[in-house]
Amino acid sequence: MKTIKFFLVALILSMTFSSCSDNNDDSIIISENPLEDFNMLTSFKANNHSVEIYSEQQQFSVGYNELFFRIKDDASDSYIKNADVSWKPVMHMTSMMHSCPNSTVSKTNDASVYTGYTVFQMPGNADEYWELTLEYTVEGQTYNATERIEVNAPADGKKTVNVFMGSDDTRYVLAMMPMTPEVAVNDFSAMLFKMENMMSFPAVENYKVHIDPRMPGMGNHSSPNNEDLTFDTSSNMYTGKLSLTMTGYWKINLKVENETEEILKGEDITEENESSSLFFEIEF
Amino acid sequence: MKTEYSTGLRHSIIGALKNKNLVFVVLLALIFHGQSAAQEPKVDLIIDSILPVHLEEVIVISSYNKALEHKSHHKPLSTLDEYLESSKKVNMIKRGAYAWEPVLNDMSSERLSVTIDGMRIFGACTDKMDPITSYVDVSNLSDVHVASGQQGAEQGATIGGAIDLRLEKSNFNPKGWVGSIETGGETNNEAQIIGGELNYSDEAFYVDTDVIYRNAENYTAGGGEEVAFSQFEKYNISANAGYKVSDDQQLLASFIYDEARDVGYPALPMDVSLAQAFIGSISWKQSNFIGDLKNWETKLYANSITHIMDDSQRPDVPIRMDMPGWSDTYGYYSQAELTLNRHKFLMKLDGFYNRSLAEMTMYPNNPNEREMFMLTWPDVRTINSGFYAEDEISLKESSLKLSTRLAVQGFNVADEFGLNSLRIFYPEMSQRQTRFLKSVSAAYHKKFKTLHINGGLSYGDRAPSVSEGFGFYLFNSFDNHDYIGDPDLKNEKAIETNVKVSLPLKKVNIGLEANYFHTMDFIIGEVNPDLSVMTIGAQGVKVYRNLEYADLYNISLDTKYEITPEFLWTGLISYHRGTDQDGRNLPFISPIAYNSMVQYTTGSFSGSLTMRGAADQVNFNPVFGEDRSNAYTVFSMALGKSFPVNNDTVYVKAGVENIFDEFYSTYSDWNNIPRMGRNFFMTVSYAIN
Repeated sequence: MKTIKFFLVALILSMTFSSCSDNNDDSIIISENPLEDFNMLTSFKANNHSVEIYSEQQQFSVGYNELFFRIKDDASDSYIKNADVSWKPVMHMTSMMHSCPNSTVSKTNDASVYTGYTVFQMPGNADEYWELTLEYTVEGQTYNATERIEVNAPADGKKTVNVFMGSDDTRYVLAMMPMTPEVAVNDFSAMLFKMENMMSFPAVENYKVHIDPRMPGMGNHSSPNNEDLTFDTSSNMYTGKLSLTMTGYWKINLKVENETEEILKGEDITEENESSSLFFEIEF
Repeated sequence: MKTEYSTGLRHSIIGALKNKNLVFVVLLALIFHGQSAAQEPKVDLIIDSILPVHLEEVIVISSYNKALEHKSHHKPLSTLDEYLESSKKVNMIKRGAYAWEPVLNDMSSERLSVTIDGMRIFGACTDKMDPITSYVDVSNLSDVHVASGQQGAEQGATIGGAIDLRLEKSNFNPKGWVGSIETGGETNNEAQIIGGELNYSDEAFYVDTDVIYRNAENYTAGGGEEVAFSQFEKYNISANAGYKVSDDQQLLASFIYDEARDVGYPALPMDVSLAQAFIGSISWKQSNFIGDLKNWETKLYANSITHIMDDSQRPDVPIRMDMPGWSDTYGYYSQAELTLNRHKFLMKLDGFYNRSLAEMTMYPNNPNEREMFMLTWPDVRTINSGFYAEDEISLKESSLKLSTRLAVQGFNVADEFGLNSLRIFYPEMSQRQTRFLKSVSAAYHKKFKTLHINGGLSYGDRAPSVSEGFGFYLFNSFDNHDYIGDPDLKNEKAIETNVKVSLPLKKVNIGLEANYFHTMDFIIGEVNPDLSVMTIGAQGVKVYRNLEYADLYNISLDTKYEITPEFLWTGLISYHRGTDQDGRNLPFISPIAYNSMVQYTTGSFSGSLTMRGAADQVNFNPVFGEDRSNAYTVFSMALGKSFPVNNDTVYVKAGVENIFDEFYSTYSDWNNIPRMGRNFFMTVSYAIN
């Protein structure tokens, strides 16, 4: 009987504690990093603040990057909440400078964590580099922080972004959204931006992205029941379906079509033409 | 205790093995000298025992009471496939020298129920390279029962019929220890065969064991062309035992292990490095059951097949691939008989559970790319539960047999990966499905003086096979298409009629037999031009679908004439036709085929001359990968003689197959691979009495 009583007490106690901890979310936040499941890609100091940038990825990669960051006030050792933040990534090339498609910065459920995405078109190298500038306003005072970041080609070397000149003489950036490919019908999406000038890349709406997945290693065969990507206003992305009938290396051949059903870039796959000039790559 | 030895040595007269074998024979003769009693080696024909109503063909493989095993066939120790091919009703589709696929009434695996002693077994190869018949050997079989159409429903749901391979058993014959050793050799494909058995049997207990090993190199077609990748190697071990618990009760068990390695398939782009089967059962037999129920038999069985297909031996392939497959089946049946006045009932409950999984891994030529992997059979679990009943009614000068089978069959695609793969094609596909199968049949046998008339009418259906329902990019090298299953296929249903008129006279026996299958929702692959070919070099993709209907006809005339007591002539000619609702020819339908044999038997001597052939294949269909197979006629002969040696007997059998070295292939030869050219064989058997 004694042991049973002991276990009962232990059980009740543990339930009490766990329910307590459930109710005390606020205290937990302070001690825990809300981004601990993510990888910190970089951190730097400026204006007596520390900026920490996180992502699900291991590195800043060419292509779509969803980034999370927070700013710590080093003096109070606390993270700044509800600041107004904007950013600008800039590529410093030997002969020129340009930016890349990126979102505005928004707040997350956690007031000290900010998020946004960038689409890097190219990696940095010894002579050319990306710089990320943050501008944030705290209690009426605006700060600037600029840091050089290292943008690398994806670890698997697969192409997930295309920069191209359309037949309308406009330069576009087409980026594949990250996905976990499976042998199944996959949700598949991409973002399309127009290069208005070196620094402005507005999203393009209501175009269409045709997809034709192929396996070059296996007779360049395709798969059935794919759905071309059409613009989805709620997510601001082009969404469709991608059927992958087996694992391995797939080349997703693309054609971009404008609102007047004119193909701006990309070619059909035929016996003679094994690949479109516009494509994404997936390997799993 | 009695020991029997027999040894069969077969070789080409001009073969290099000759001298070696002769020396061996002489050695054997020297070793086994003893008492002799003049034994009459009688060459048994394949016996077609017509049961009262059943239109069943029984292919005798070994007659247990004879000292010399497998003697019933003109070429002892030939493969089971050759035994089946020499029968009247069964044809064989060939993809090489090994593992031929049986065809009955122009229908193959999916439309047949092929069983071993009533056990359901399903091949593990997506390309039908391992029919069930490849997992047993002549060493462990006593006979093969071939039942046409719904007459085969006792063994399971079927359209074309049933082939039941019956294991050889000592059956409590009080013979004590019995043993034999057999060896053989052949030069066309340098085949070597060695087998043996050791049995013990008394009135309360028996145990039979046997082993056989075969090894063959590439064979040579007529005209001298070597057929590359036609080699094979296999061995088979089996044991079965029985124990009489009481006079009335028997406990039986059987086990077979079969393993084939390095099997070449000249007609296919891939070979088999391993085909392995474990087949086991336990059964209980009791002559008296509850009330008037008699002959109760219950069997529990399990079998497991592993089939490893690869192309590692092929020098030039567009891409390397491995295609292993697994098939495990667990099942039971329980049956009892009841005799009431003129009625003889048989009732049977049965069920099985099968798991079929096959995968395909392709290795890209670019070493930096990852392997390509897919599930070609997505771990399909089939569960079937059935009830079969028949009533055989004896009437005046006639009899009537009514039978029915009702079954429930469920499919479950257990693998998530595989289910998602199939959902690429069928987004709404459910993971599970249930089907009801039914069969009814009536067969009537009437005797008018010496004339026998058999007639039957029946209806049956079947569920799609795993490949037809759930196959994923299965390459068929015959029509050069990738095949995709369709889980929403309807059951295939057939109405079948058959008639047989036979006139067994004193010296002449004439039988005319015809059957007709009107098959609704006939399942076959049809080209879907929208789909992209997966296999490099394939012409297109076919998806299994239901044809509106297909009609199949088979007519055969079978004659036997005893010219003198010593001279016997038999002849068989058959006509087959298969078309769909639009009059299109169906694939794998035999052209007119014939065979004729003259046999001479006196005391110790026997001889036979056989002619086999077929007419031009007029009705073929290029859509299904067929081209016209030319007419051919081949001749074979065999001579047998027994010599007394002291008190024992040496039995010599020599012969030649395809005497004129004809280069030919038949309608059932996959991709027209040629058949074996001239082949001499010689058998020397030694029996100790």
